Amino acid sequence: MDFLRPAAWEEALAAKAAHPTAVPIAGGTDVMVEINFDHRRPAHLLDLTRIGELHEWDEDGPDIRLGAAVPYARILDELRTPLPGLALAAHTVGSPQIRNRGSVGGNLGAASPAGDSHPPLLAAGAVVEAESVRGTRLIPVEEFYTGVKRNALAPDELIRAVRVRKATGPQQFSKVGTRNAMVIAVCALGIALHPDSRTVRTGIGSAAPTPVRARAAEDFLASVLDEEGLWESGRPIAPSAVRQFAELCSGACNPIDDVRGSARYRRHAVGVMARRTLGWVWQTYTRGEGEARCA
Amino acid sequence: MRVTFTVNGRTQRADDVWEGESLLYVLRERLGLAGSKNACEQGECGSCTVRLDGVPVCACLVAAGQAEGREVETVEGLADRATGELSVVQQAFVDSGAVQCGFCTPGLLVAADDLLRQRPDPSDADIREALSGNLCRCTGYEKILDAVRLAAARTGEAD
Ligand SMILES: Cc1cc2nc3c(=O)[nH]c(=O)nc-3n(C[C@H](O)[C@H](O)[C@H](O)COP(=O)(O)OP(=O)(O)OC[C@H]3O[C@@H](n4cnc5c(N)ncnc54)[C@H](O)[C@@H]3O)c2cc1C
Ligand code: FES
Ligand code: FES
Repeated sequence: MDFLRPAAWEEALAAKAAHPTAVPIAGGTDVMVEINFDHRRPAHLLDLTRIGELHEWDEDGPDIRLGAAVPYARILDELRTPLPGLALAAHTVGSPQIRNRGSVGGNLGAASPAGDSHPPLLAAGAVVEAESVRGTRLIPVEEFYTGVKRNALAPDELIRAVRVRKATGPQQFSKVGTRNAMVIAVCALGIALHPDSRTVRTGIGSAAPTPVRARAAEDFLASVLDEEGLWESGRPIAPSAVRQFAELCSGACNPIDDVRGSARYRRHAVGVMARRTLGWVWQTYTRGEGEARCA
Repeated sequence: MRVTFTVNGRTQRADDVWEGESLLYVLRERLGLAGSKNACEQGECGSCTVRLDGVPVCACLVAAGQAEGREVETVEGLADRATGELSVVQQAFVDSGAVQCGFCTPGLLVAADDLLRQRPDPSDADIREALSGNLCRCTGYEKILDAVRLAAARTGEAD
């Protein structure tokens, strides 16, 4: 095995072009487990921790450009206001030790359907910046997940950053698991209100081969809010509409039975989370109250 | 490969390190620092917790090469090197009966020590959160929480 330690981004891209099977390692919280348990023996490890810009974020117009290797702990500390959904999800990842190392770039690289970044990225609206010596590709996050633990990166590409739309309305994240720490999601759901474009977006994790948006639910709710003038009036959403939104979210799932939960349970739980999180974001939108809650 | 980094303030060098090796393995098997424990090798138990450039991490999930040129603080660095006197957190664990078999203790000490550096007067919720990545199979955690509260109280008195 070779340990490649590029000091600059261009060097990292050159190394990945020269060794397309090299395994990038950022926080190592996925990669090292695989190596420790002999599930993976790559010929090259490509260490990304020396590359400063991967550990930085900045504001770019309507987006936050989040360096691929910024650890969850810093998202929690520094980006709670522009990226509330992602910050809530970051808070549920692993443990303090894991949040100090693990990154959104690593979560996208691993592309597990249970990854906690995915629902809030889908709900907020995000674009993955994939770069290689050939140039940069901007991949909408919903097109990034191509299968169970598969993503749209070409062998010579690395993730430089994720451009996440800054919140213009309330966002929520909810995750089902057995305790508050160290839990891989049985299923998870993110929701974001976008009053600027009068849209609602969702992201569902661990309930289909890839993270998914519940588009029919989003469209349904957006038309209810529009037709009944609720964006302006701030009146409560009719219980029947909330129910239908929840059912449509359940319907967007294509879950499996596994050790963490049955498909039936997952479908049910996604509906419950959809109903609850919609209640929370709508309350925050209409009354400006209800800070981050535990789901 | 050769890896050089600082451990508890002293420069250390390890030779013939395998590229897939963890920082934990280098500390324990190559540098003779067996305080950090190896239990799960998958980030679940926290018994290998060390500070890497001042941040608590699981040493089993850091590739040895990622530690090159960095500063590592292990449980061995907590007590006074000259006198051997235990640190406030270590003494509080002893006094509170927070140690049974002791396997989880080094990781908990590093995590608790870090918490008190960040928040000298932590709430119970802060303590639970800070220690949520460390498992203990013996104590049932109550005595460990007592120990951290005691260490916080003693640190407060000393100020
Ligand atoms: C104890 C424990 C608890 C965990 N709990 C959770 C949890 O609650 N929720 C959750 O979602 N995850 C959890 N995880 C999984 C893991 O922490 C996350 O997936 C994390 O986001 C990975 O980030 P990383 O920087 O450590 O990735 P790494 O392990 O460094 O890399 C992960 C993958 O991404 C690739 N990669 C990394 N960076 C790039 C890049 N810039 N470009 C291209 N590819 C890249 C790597 O090659 C690898 O395939 C847990 C892991 C452990 C060990
Ligand atoms: S040995 Fe590292 S977390 Fe268990
Ligand atoms: S004292 Fe035995 S594991 Fe904690």
